[in-house]
Amino acid sequence: MIHQNILLLLLPSHHIAFGAQAKVSPFSPCQANHRLVAFFPHRLRSSLSRPIALASFDSEILQEGLNRVLPAGSVLPKKYSTSAKEITVREALNSALDEEMSADPKVFLMGEEVGEYQGAYKISKGLLEKYGPERVLDTPITEAGFAGIGVGAAYYGLRPIVEFMTFNFSMQAIDHIINSAAKSNYMSAGQISVPIVFRGPNGAAAGVGAQHSQCFGAWYAHVPGLKVLTPYSSEDARGLLKAAIRDPDPVVFLENELLYGESFPVSAEALDSSFCLPIGKAKIEREGKDVTITAFSKMVGYALQAADVLSTEGISAEVINLRSIRPLDRATINASVRKTNRLITVEEGFPQHGVGAEICMSVVEESFEYLDAPVERIAGADVPMPYAANLERMAVPQVDDIVRAAKRACYRAVPLAAAA
Amino acid sequence: MVLGRVFEDMCAQMYYRGKMFGFVHLYNGQEAVSTGFIKLLEARDSVVSTYCDHVHAVSKGVPPRAVMAELFGKATGCCRGQGGSMHMFSAQHNLLGGFTFIGEGIPVATGAAFSSKYCHEVLKESTPNRLDVTVAFFGDGTCNNGQFFECLNMAQLELWKLPIVFVVENNLWAIGMPHLRATSDPEIWKKGPAFGMPGVHVDGMDVLKVREVAIEAIARARRGEGPTLVECETYRFRGHSLADPDELRKPDEKASYAARDPITALRKYILDKELASAAELKIIEKKVDAVIEDTVEFADSSPLPPWSQLLENIFADPKGFGIGPDGKYRCEDPKFIEGTSLSLESCLPANHLHRCLIPSESSIRPNSIKVRHG
Repeated sequence: MIHQNILLLLLPSHHIAFGAQAKVSPFSPCQANHRLVAFFPHRLRSSLSRPIALASFDSEILQEGLNRVLPAGSVLPKKYSTSAKEITVREALNSALDEEMSADPKVFLMGEEVGEYQGAYKISKGLLEKYGPERVLDTPITEAGFAGIGVGAAYYGLRPIVEFMTFNFSMQAIDHIINSAAKSNYMSAGQISVPIVFRGPNGAAAGVGAQHSQCFGAWYAHVPGLKVLTPYSSEDARGLLKAAIRDPDPVVFLENELLYGESFPVSAEALDSSFCLPIGKAKIEREGKDVTITAFSKMVGYALQAADVLSTEGISAEVINLRSIRPLDRATINASVRKTNRLITVEEGFPQHGVGAEICMSVVEESFEYLDAPVERIAGADVPMPYAANLERMAVPQVDDIVRAAKRACYRAVPLAAAA
Repeated sequence: MVLGRVFEDMCAQMYYRGKMFGFVHLYNGQEAVSTGFIKLLEARDSVVSTYCDHVHAVSKGVPPRAVMAELFGKATGCCRGQGGSMHMFSAQHNLLGGFTFIGEGIPVATGAAFSSKYCHEVLKESTPNRLDVTVAFFGDGTCNNGQFFECLNMAQLELWKLPIVFVVENNLWAIGMPHLRATSDPEIWKKGPAFGMPGVHVDGMDVLKVREVAIEAIARARRGEGPTLVECETYRFRGHSLADPDELRKPDEKASYAARDPITALRKYILDKELASAAELKIIEKKVDAVIEDTVEFADSSPLPPWSQLLENIFADPKGFGIGPDGKYRCEDPKFIEGTSLSLESCLPANHLHRCLIPSESSIRPNSIKVRHG
């Protein structure tokens, strides 16, 4: 036990393995690993006398350390499974792109810095070397131009993946996403379909200011003719990106910058090259019976944390990871609400005309009699994103907000001493 | 050209009789540009146009009946009435629209040219020196738009050199905004060399001169030497659209261009050079009139689209993952979510243009997956 600790201190941080089969790849920034190494010296003296089980993080000391060191609202799940492999969302996306490009020569990637820079967020790392400059195209800074070029190429059956450095820049190309990609199949009465994927990070990052922080889920989900996907975990990222690339319709694939470095356990099936997730199906991340919380992208992590907090207070929350906001999986949401009778919708974007508004209306239309409380909508603040860190924290939903909303929905503004 | 002119005149008549509605933009006076370029193209070459696309459609080979029916909003139209005057698409004739936002068609055309290059270089599916060419038509107003410049730049990139011809139909007016007021340097052909491609100015009222330039530009593109910018000086005899009172243009300007009517000029040329007699030309005109009459009758008697068509064709594949070999939606297969391996070819409902597909796939017609509810 003691020698294990010393061994850990001596190893370079990125070689620390969590569990026997966990793979740590060169792609992941290994944030958690760095912090553990930093943490160890402080506790080494006391830990020398205590065996620390590194195989699972039921260990109190490590858990405490993680809670202190990680930023509020980290999306790392609390329990690591020892047998599952873990990959980051970045690796998941990279492997999905790699596999689809190798399976189908008509797939190509286009965007700013996707080639020689290895991707602005390193999502397309290694692809230029593997597929060459004819399939991994660095474009000039001309979103409208290259989005339209992607659409024209898709008209002829090629499968472009157009990367926007962030979806904020997609506003320069939104004419093509909506008017030429989304509407072409309809306008041509089915003669010309557009098998294109528009992908990139969406939503708030950390301290990037008003013009780089908007969530475009509601904007794109508004348009008939688009499919809009919002992955959360690595499995989601892999499965949904592969599905999006294979899909013959235009897909808007909204990733999240803060999730790129997060690791999630993935099953062997998810790592198979033919793995795909269906578009339009939500996933119930956590089953519960008292209140339904719907969320997408980064907010799923927050919702899961809120569910943990709520469970200590006797409220069992069901967390739905929407995965796809157009088409919205109304069946799953309604079935869940009919079970729990209460609904909280969580999203990062602006509240007015947002995704939560649509979910609320869907539930009112289909499951009104089952609702025992008004639907609660948690969204970002109705302001352009401020820069100051404390204001930014207030402008984005936090775990506390979700917890409070759930309690309001359960008519329990004050926590009960014991569950009824 | 005569077909185009008579067609457009008939459109005006039909509009004023209430058979056509919405926005209709007529091409009278500009026929030389359309005929000069499109008649040199092969079936597999593509044309991308703007909202002023009736004559481009007819020149490219879309049957006038289908175009007129589309304008009337009938189910027999080339887009089954879904597109209308401004959104003519024909996969069979490689007519890629029909875009209303000016400048919107240029990147799509550039993408079509890109796909031609990609098929040749990456997929190794076309013969060298025989790239499929794309011709993009747009107006003088578009030449001040960002997307125009973005595409001139990208088409000429070192690695790209796309097989496209950018044709500017400079009719000097963008609705009521004259070209000279809107543009700092009005000579549009000069913008080509600024991006490293040849820029040519040609008299767009003379179909033979346009044709000369077109021959070279299209041949250049086909050989893989890259894009050309051709500025055709032309004029529209009618207003911007049928709702435009056209009060700002001076009568003497209109008269001077009317004197240069491309059809009259070509007729004179033919008669002078004795390539055909006046009687033969009369026969052609009568034939065209008959065709147009028939077209109107066809469109008139065609049915309106069925109500079920409202929700069709939003997606090629609303449920995702396409149709399996058994003809059912793949995602309805309960084994599907287990991640069983998918054959990519069968994932593709083939309702897109067939350039890069092997012949057997291109025989799959979209009608087999006709009814799709979004």
